[in-house]
Amino acid sequence: MLTLSILLFPILAALLVLAVGGKQAKQIAFAGALVELALSGYAFLNFVPDATSQFSFDYPWIFAGSIRFSAGIDGVSLLLVVLTGLLTPLIILSAFRHTYERPAVFYSLILFMQAALMGVFTARDAFLFYLYFEAALIPIYFLAASWGGENRIAVTFKFFVYTIFGSLFMLVALVYLYFQTSPATGIHSSAITDLYNLKLSATEQTWIFWAFFIAFAIKMPVFPFHTWQPDTYVESPTPATMLLAGIMLKMGVYGVIRLLLPIVPEGVDRWGTTAIVLSVIGIVYGALIAIRQRDIKRLIAYSSFSHVGLMAAGVFSQTSYGIQGALVQMLAHGINVVGMFFVADIIASRTNTRLLDQMGGITRYTPKLTVFFMILLLGSVALPLTNGFVGEFLLLAGVFEHNNILGGVAGLTIIFGAVYMLRLFQKAMFGKTTDLTTGFNDVSGSESWVFIPLCFMVFWIGLVPNSFLKLTEPAVTNLLQFIK
Amino acid sequence: MQTDLLILLIPLLPLIGFIINGIGFRKVPTGLVGIIAAAGPLAAFACVLLVFDGFTTISELGKTAPVRTVLFDWITVGHFNIPFSFQIDQLSLIMLLIVTGVGSLIHIYSIGYMKHDDGYGKFMAFLNLFLFFMLLLVMGSNYVVMFIGWEGVGLCSYLLIGFWNKNTSYNNAARKAFVMNRIGDLGFLLGIFMIMGAFGSVEYVDVFEQAAGFPIGDPTVVAITMLLFVGAMGKSAQIPLYTWLPDAMAGPTPVSALIHAATMVTAGIYMVVRSNVLYTLSPITLEIMGGIAIATALLAASIGLVQNDIKKVLAYSTVSQLGYMFLGLSVMGYTSGMFHVMTHAFFKALLFLGAGSVIHAMADEQDIRKMGGLRKYLPITYWTFLIATIAISGIPPFAGFFSKDEILMHVYEHNKLLWVLGVIGSAMTSFYMFRLLFLTFFGRFRGTEHTREHLHESPASMTIPLLVLAVLSVIGGFFNVPEALGGSASLAEFLDPIFELSRKVSPHSFDETLLTHSEEFMLMGISSGVAILALVVAYVMYIQRVNLPEADTVERPVVEKVLYNKYYIDELYENIIVKPTRGLSDAFYSFGEFIIDGVVNGTGWAVKQTSGQLRRLQTGSIGFYVFAMVASIAVILWLRFFIKL
Repeated sequence: MLTLSILLFPILAALLVLAVGGKQAKQIAFAGALVELALSGYAFLNFVPDATSQFSFDYPWIFAGSIRFSAGIDGVSLLLVVLTGLLTPLIILSAFRHTYERPAVFYSLILFMQAALMGVFTARDAFLFYLYFEAALIPIYFLAASWGGENRIAVTFKFFVYTIFGSLFMLVALVYLYFQTSPATGIHSSAITDLYNLKLSATEQTWIFWAFFIAFAIKMPVFPFHTWQPDTYVESPTPATMLLAGIMLKMGVYGVIRLLLPIVPEGVDRWGTTAIVLSVIGIVYGALIAIRQRDIKRLIAYSSFSHVGLMAAGVFSQTSYGIQGALVQMLAHGINVVGMFFVADIIASRTNTRLLDQMGGITRYTPKLTVFFMILLLGSVALPLTNGFVGEFLLLAGVFEHNNILGGVAGLTIIFGAVYMLRLFQKAMFGKTTDLTTGFNDVSGSESWVFIPLCFMVFWIGLVPNSFLKLTEPAVTNLLQFIK
Repeated sequence: MQTDLLILLIPLLPLIGFIINGIGFRKVPTGLVGIIAAAGPLAAFACVLLVFDGFTTISELGKTAPVRTVLFDWITVGHFNIPFSFQIDQLSLIMLLIVTGVGSLIHIYSIGYMKHDDGYGKFMAFLNLFLFFMLLLVMGSNYVVMFIGWEGVGLCSYLLIGFWNKNTSYNNAARKAFVMNRIGDLGFLLGIFMIMGAFGSVEYVDVFEQAAGFPIGDPTVVAITMLLFVGAMGKSAQIPLYTWLPDAMAGPTPVSALIHAATMVTAGIYMVVRSNVLYTLSPITLEIMGGIAIATALLAASIGLVQNDIKKVLAYSTVSQLGYMFLGLSVMGYTSGMFHVMTHAFFKALLFLGAGSVIHAMADEQDIRKMGGLRKYLPITYWTFLIATIAISGIPPFAGFFSKDEILMHVYEHNKLLWVLGVIGSAMTSFYMFRLLFLTFFGRFRGTEHTREHLHESPASMTIPLLVLAVLSVIGGFFNVPEALGGSASLAEFLDPIFELSRKVSPHSFDETLLTHSEEFMLMGISSGVAILALVVAYVMYIQRVNLPEADTVERPVVEKVLYNKYYIDELYENIIVKPTRGLSDAFYSFGEFIIDGVVNGTGWAVKQTSGQLRRLQTGSIGFYVFAMVASIAVILWLRFFIKL
């Protein structure tokens, strides 16, 4: 029942926000998100580290119960539920500093988004998964299209069509798979675990591999399906960008782990290396582009694209290092990227520019911001004892185990990451002050309360990663049995 | 148990100092900052002495096995586990003594040197943090904990090089150091992955035990050692990854002494000695290492001959001396490499701190053309600098003579050509060091009248560390006096258990030296004779003939010009690496993204054309319809669920 509460509560909170509306909207939304955080925290603390799905529920739904409304939390879901539960209140809090028009709608959309994301990460039925996967698009579309920058209409249209287009492939694949279950009895099932046991021919596996791959690759995004991403990140209002980069792109990685690997293992054997090659190209390509970006938000967007490439490569390596690494790194990346976008938002709104060459010397005025920024940066460049290291270390180990050369090339991320991140930090914080940065105000109290939990997580995951790895371990081991 | 606690305290004490001074920056009173910052390292040094004492006591009973302290399991995936744990053995003890001992002295010195800086508290906190990471590096019981320290010291090096962060060129130097180190770190990381694959563990004990069963020249081991050595090249500034170190002199001088001379840059040597079994199994890597080492030693020394910035001369000297250390390792003279790490820590820290004292007195002037005659004004600095100069030049009986001589002796046994080159480098060392000494402290003062009035000896907090290091630079060599001179080679004896497995896999390489005593005397005579000759040449040039280095505007002869411009290596890297990378970045961003996007938009356009025909039936936008479709499916499914319930 806990899972059902996690799924329904944000919707109730959102409706409440809409009903009350007005100036209290953000406070109510924040309180609602905190309750949701408590629910997911409860799940985290009471999760028994085994391979089962816990706190689950299961109701018949369509076609006499062959499609079921069924959800639960297992080791693969858990960290993403925690991530969604943790980031949503912080994203809402980070938005407090701005006044948005129609705040009730704005904040309720964030909560609707949360409900959909939770659904994606807990669904145990393939069609339920698909439903939530698509439903998550709606709130983010409105957030971006209504509160975004100048080009928002064109950019969000492209984003919307692009991702819908990708998921249609997934829908076709799911329908096909559905009809492959229990052909003898004629009673089909769309339970995800039933799909794992299908015996599919090599040709079928290839087709389904690519159908899934395109859907998830667009979402993450993997090279060359990424061109919607930088524009969308830049044009969206920062809370929407945080939802996109912090949580939504993990739907793609999660989908690969949850559906693609165990359903079409032979397809992965055959095409996994191709997928890794694309991912690794993305790592290097994205990082190289990030090196020269002048727009702080666009720079972070390309860096995120580069980091996600590594997660994809790690997952497709089909190793326990790679998958465990991806699970931890999804949590770590969510934390770091939300923090980085918040830094970008603070700087951009106080200096009225996002261009690095117009900044400089901010550190003189901002001891607190400097420290928070530095900690998040260290997490992003995967310095040991921060969250990024654990994830990237395991991911690279996984890719390296799969193929030494690809592992080496993927490793370039630690060099390029340092190049563009330190450049960003130096250009913004160090050097001489400019007209726009003179008299910069350090972070305020409520801003600090966004950074403090994020920085705490950076060190918690970095110092004691086993408190997360131990929880995901049995589920990953179980999953690998379907793959091997 | 008590030992475990002591061991844990060693890295913890500086970390506590960092936290107090870091969080309390600008709140902790200035007087207290220095006390807190220096207390951590000093207390850690005391712990090291206690641990050392305990360890030697049990070693006398024949138990020379390493003491491992597991704190907790850090990263566990399946059966693979990386414990967060420390290993105390002969090698880590020597490094611990150097790091906490010299580290403490430099902390005390920094109190005097940095007290009036705005960022004093921050500076001291960073120094503490550096020490913490350096201690993790040498204490870790596996490669991944070493890697934590390895990257951590890189971070502190970055923070301290760019400490005066208003200056863009300092910031660039800091970034260059971090990025170049990261190139090396990638090699290290890939080496760790190969170790994981080959041995299923990253713990030294497990890895070396298994490695001892591998044949010499095993391809996996060769690859591992090569990759690890790439890491060492970055951290210990060897060709081609050395250019960050001279630039790193942008940092405050105590930083140069601690990080860029005495401790961090020797991490690469520590890593190779730590992995000596693997390197002994891989003669090819050792050959390559020898080539890179001698090339680095000579290249850096030759650049040092003509530099005019007091810290730059010392920086190139450090690069060159690191080359000597690797040269020793490359002929399996592992102890000699470590010995040189130790003596170098004494005299090079002393030289930098002396340079700091000079810069302090000269009101931040670093150009030796504007110095001269300082011995009258800074007597303590002068005498200690002189001692360090003699020590580094390899003139007996000071510290550098013994360690360098031991390296050269091993090299002579292995390869005569390398030895000749080594001796040439040794002559250059002596020359550039005495050139520096003479131009700085002798002759007449060449600075402005204003600076002359400002000249003063540094305060006691700065001169006391100088005196202690001077004593160590004099006697440091006696820790490992060769038998030919009636010594007992105590360092070699102490470190012996570290090389047990190496001896097992290649007994031949560790035989007693074949050199007779008279041959050894000859080698010592030649190397010290060459050093003294170079001294005399420097004396004639700079004291008798009063040759002053020319101003930058003067056209130099070709050879000197090339040396003065550091062989144009920075320019070369700029043109073959930095610019092409930028170009690629721009090309990808403008051209690559354009093409990919074009394909996407083309597809979109085609869809739109088709749907455009259908659109005549209806009004409104595609976006709306797609949205309406999804939304209505969602609503229908939801309703269905609740109605069924």
